[in-house]
Formats: sequence, C-alpha cells, structure tokens
Amino acid sequence: MVGLSHYLILGALLFAISVVGIFLNRKNVIILLMAIELMLLAVNLNFIAFSHYMNDIAGQVFVFFILTVAAAESAIGLAILVVLFRNLRTINVDDLNRLKG
Amino acid sequence: MTFFGLHFQDLVFYALALILLYAALSVITTRNPVYAALFLVLAFFTAAGIWLLLEAEFLAITLVLVYVGAVMVLFLFVVMMLDINLDRMREGFWQALPVALPVGGLMAVEMVMIVGVNNFGAKKVLAPAAKPADYSNTAALGRVLYTDYLLAFELAAVVLLVAIVAAIALTLRSRKESKPTYANKQVAIKKADRLRIVKMDAVLEPKAKPTTITEEKK
Repeated sequence: MVGLSHYLILGALLFAISVVGIFLNRKNVIILLMAIELMLLAVNLNFIAFSHYMNDIAGQVFVFFILTVAAAESAIGLAILVVLFRNLRTINVDDLNRLKG
Repeated sequence: MTFFGLHFQDLVFYALALILLYAALSVITTRNPVYAALFLVLAFFTAAGIWLLLEAEFLAITLVLVYVGAVMVLFLFVVMMLDINLDRMREGFWQALPVALPVGGLMAVEMVMIVGVNNFGAKKVLAPAAKPADYSNTAALGRVLYTDYLLAFELAAVVLLVAIVAAIALTLRSRKESKPTYANKQVAIKKADRLRIVKMDAVLEPKAKPTTITEEKK
C-alpha cells in the first residue's frame, strides 16, 4: 500500500538527482537551469503529497505560487542567457569571468 | 482490483515513479541539451500523472499547460538558437562524480531516513477519506485563492508582469539599420523647418553649343 512516505521518498530522490546534476553540469548554464526546475518539481511533489494526506488545500495554493515564480524565474534566466550569448558568443561558465569574482 | 498483490493505484505509482527517475537521470547525463529538454518534458508529464494520483487535478493540468506548453518550449527555443560548443561543455564531465555521488547519496539517505516508512508510512499517516463525487478541486482551490490568499495572488500577478517587462527589456535591441518614424516629431514639424523659398531673377540662360558639351564630357 502506497502511503505518504512513498511520495516523500520519490521527492527526496528527485531532489538528490538534481543536486548531482548541478555538480556534473557545472559548465553548462542551460542544464543547470533544467536541474533547478527538477528541484522545484521535487519540492512541489512534497507540497502536494502533504496537502493530500493532511486534507489541507493550502499546500496546493503554495504549489500554485511556486509555479508562478518558477515560470518568471526561468523566463528571465533564459533572457539573460540570450543576452550573454549575444555579447560573449559562449555560455560556458568558465568563460564568465568578467567580474573576476 | 489487484495485480501481483498490488493495488492498481500502487502499480500506477511505481510505474510513474520509475519513469520520473529515469527521465530525471537522463536530463542530467544526456549529452545533447535538446534531448535534455525533451527528457525534462517527459519528467513534467510523469509528475503531472503522479499529481493526478494525489487528486490535485487543477495543478496537474497547470503543470502540463504552463511548463510543457510554455516554459519547455522557451527552453527548446533557446537551446536551438544558441550555437553551443558541446565538446568544451563536456570537458571533465565525470570528474565531479566522486564529489557529486557522495553528496547526492548522503542527501538522499538522510532525507529517506526522515521521511521513511517508520515516520510517514501508510500505517502512521492514514489515507484521507474519499471525496464526494461532485467535489471539484478547481473550485476548492479557487475559493481559497480569491479569499484567504488574495493579496498573494495579486502579488503573483505583479511578479509575472515584472517578468514580462524584464524579459523584453533584456532582449530588446535597437538595430542600426532600422528607420523608425517618430510620430511626435512628424506632428511637431513646421513649414519653416523644411521649406526654404529662394528669390531668383527670371533670366533665360543662352543655350550652349552641343559641341562644347561633348568636349566637356570627354
């Protein structure tokens, strides 16, 4: 019988996979953005699972707002990426050293 | 209804969970960013299926419409527009694995220990009672969204507006060769700015001889 813990474990595994993805793809900004989307998906899964098992709709409202903010975030992130590519002809993280940070 | 000692819902959950994990692993390891974006689409679709199992119908449809329909299409556009040097991107790809696997594995193990069956299993957290047949998830969500969370809802609208303005302002560039018309300048122009009247005497020049013209041409 699948219970709340199964959904939470699935969310935890998804989150861990995206953390590994951020380590592996540390040079490719596009895949980094995709890994962040996966992380948000894992968090949303937790919210919805708790909302279902606690019988409280507030969790779904949170997911609604997370989806809104995540869509805005990825739109602006991709716009920055396009401007970056237009100026530098590359999106490799190693080449983004203008600030000498 | 049971299959191999499993309820049908459990079977659907395990199948979707396997597909979701496979798609997530493919997103982070595949070589071509276009394939990564397509695997992310698969992951979102599968997650929408799992959300349907959890009776969050509105958000499942929203995930497909907003994420697969808008955000992932944006991702695909950007990936295909940019000319990416894949070989340089993949340099030392597996070098980080000795660090990444322990960190990711440790996080997974820790989280699973906390949220495991002992704390949140089916016996500890009972499944909620089934909703009546005429229960509408969308109506319930809308009721709290427009009453208790009205301020947050309007702030979300402002966030979206700011995102639209920011995305357009970032990528907009004025081309040098474009010749735009400025309506305010066109309206404000006066006759004296453009037209100059020159007084000239009405004198007829004598006709030059054709031979001299040809000589000049030479």
